[in-house]
Amino acid sequence: MTIIGHRFLVNFNKYRYLLNELVKRDIKLKYRRSVLGIFWSFLEPLLSMIVLTIIFSTLFKRNIANFPVYYLIGMLTYQFFAGGTKAAMLSMVSNAYILKTIYIPKYLYSLAATLSNFVTYLLSLIILFMVMAVTDVNFTMYIIFASLPILALLLLTIGVGLIMATINVFFRDMQHLYGVFLMLLMWLTPIFYPPEIVPTSFRFVQTYNPLFAIITCCRSSFLYGTLYDINILLFAIGSGITAIVVGIILFYKSQDKFILHV
Amino acid sequence: MGETVITVDNVGMEFNLSKEKVDSLKEFFIKLMKRELKFQPFWALKNVSMDVEKGDRVGLVGLNGAGKSTLLKLISGVMKPTEGRIRVKGRLSPLLALGAGFDPSYTGRENIFLYGALMGHTKQFIESKFDEIVEFSEIGEFIDVPLKNYSSGMGARLAFSIATAVQPEILILDEVLSVGDAKFQEKSRLRMNSLMEGQVTILFVSHSTDQVRKICDKAVWLHQGKVITQGPVDEVCDDYEKFLQLKN
Repeated sequence: MTIIGHRFLVNFNKYRYLLNELVKRDIKLKYRRSVLGIFWSFLEPLLSMIVLTIIFSTLFKRNIANFPVYYLIGMLTYQFFAGGTKAAMLSMVSNAYILKTIYIPKYLYSLAATLSNFVTYLLSLIILFMVMAVTDVNFTMYIIFASLPILALLLLTIGVGLIMATINVFFRDMQHLYGVFLMLLMWLTPIFYPPEIVPTSFRFVQTYNPLFAIITCCRSSFLYGTLYDINILLFAIGSGITAIVVGIILFYKSQDKFILHV
Repeated sequence: MGETVITVDNVGMEFNLSKEKVDSLKEFFIKLMKRELKFQPFWALKNVSMDVEKGDRVGLVGLNGAGKSTLLKLISGVMKPTEGRIRVKGRLSPLLALGAGFDPSYTGRENIFLYGALMGHTKQFIESKFDEIVEFSEIGEFIDVPLKNYSSGMGARLAFSIATAVQPEILILDEVLSVGDAKFQEKSRLRMNSLMEGQVTILFVSHSTDQVRKICDKAVWLHQGKVITQGPVDEVCDDYEKFLQLKN
């Protein structure tokens, strides 16, 4: 086991620059052809927030305090998870040609896909801070505590990304199934509705949803300026670690067979 | 001389050759229900053993589907053998498939760094070689133009320049490299010759025994996944040519 760890570290060090380049490429190319460039990642969540705020404040009874911030925290978290895992899922198949010709640690492509989405996520937090300032949210020291649920989110996304990347190599129609799953996840997670509207008998859907645990912790830190329930945080971090451990084991056990299927 | 850099020890590679490849969940379950999930083993390589010493220039000859490229892929680490072991000492420089790692939306400059990173180099190292690569490739002012606007010759020239900018320890060649116009071909031939001088170890795959004789000093003849003969290049190539004549 120590030998594997050692070899892994040597390899990681050797290919660290490649990881860097792959993340940079993803971000650069995403915005190169648009006039607004990187500002798209600010503008997109801002515009969708405005649209949903208008809809929810006119069509429905307004029962969420500071809906814009409430919504943004949930949506940014969800979008990173969805985007990061989806990109990781496709990474093996879309880089099949390279994986077939040169030896490169395969997880690098999956990791790079998730990390580039993470950079976009961190940038979009600037929008969150701006909206918080405009809507008179108190900036408290608890914002620093948001780093822990965000870490859990990163672990969870990398882990699920590795799992999906592995499955997608063998079963290509997973892409469509996963799209449906992500949509279901969006509606089951209280992103633009308050968690209380779900009947008590169905609340377990929220309790055991790691993404909602992360969102709850982030809302406490950013929006309400309080410390989150430590149990919820532990659940989030535990899920993140579980996902990444399962992801690494699954990926490493099947990666030698990838080349025959991509 | 004498130091073994590549050891191929009793290697076998098995593929699943079932007629219809199952690559979706839907198919998988349908076939599972109908009990049609078959596994048809096919050994692309079986009991292959060879040793390559430092400075050896080994040519792999054989018909299509003899397992030459599979063997190269196993040695370069792209695939893992089903059985047996492969050990490699020293850095491998695969020159297979020029431009495989290029991104068409990236400029020439960005692609140099990306390709270099794929080969496992550091940023500092690529920067130190950068001017040399640009000069050799004759890309000139196109260096800041996206690759998709290049002519196909320009892309190949750039790839060749990056791939050969480093003095490799073990060079892997899948078919001979000829890129660009006549002038560049001459230049790339000279570059290849200078790469092949000295202590470099070469693994070369080709259909043409002429090229193998020119480049290599040893050869391995593979037929249907098995080694028929291996040894000095002329002996093996003579045997192989005799076999080809008989077959025709």
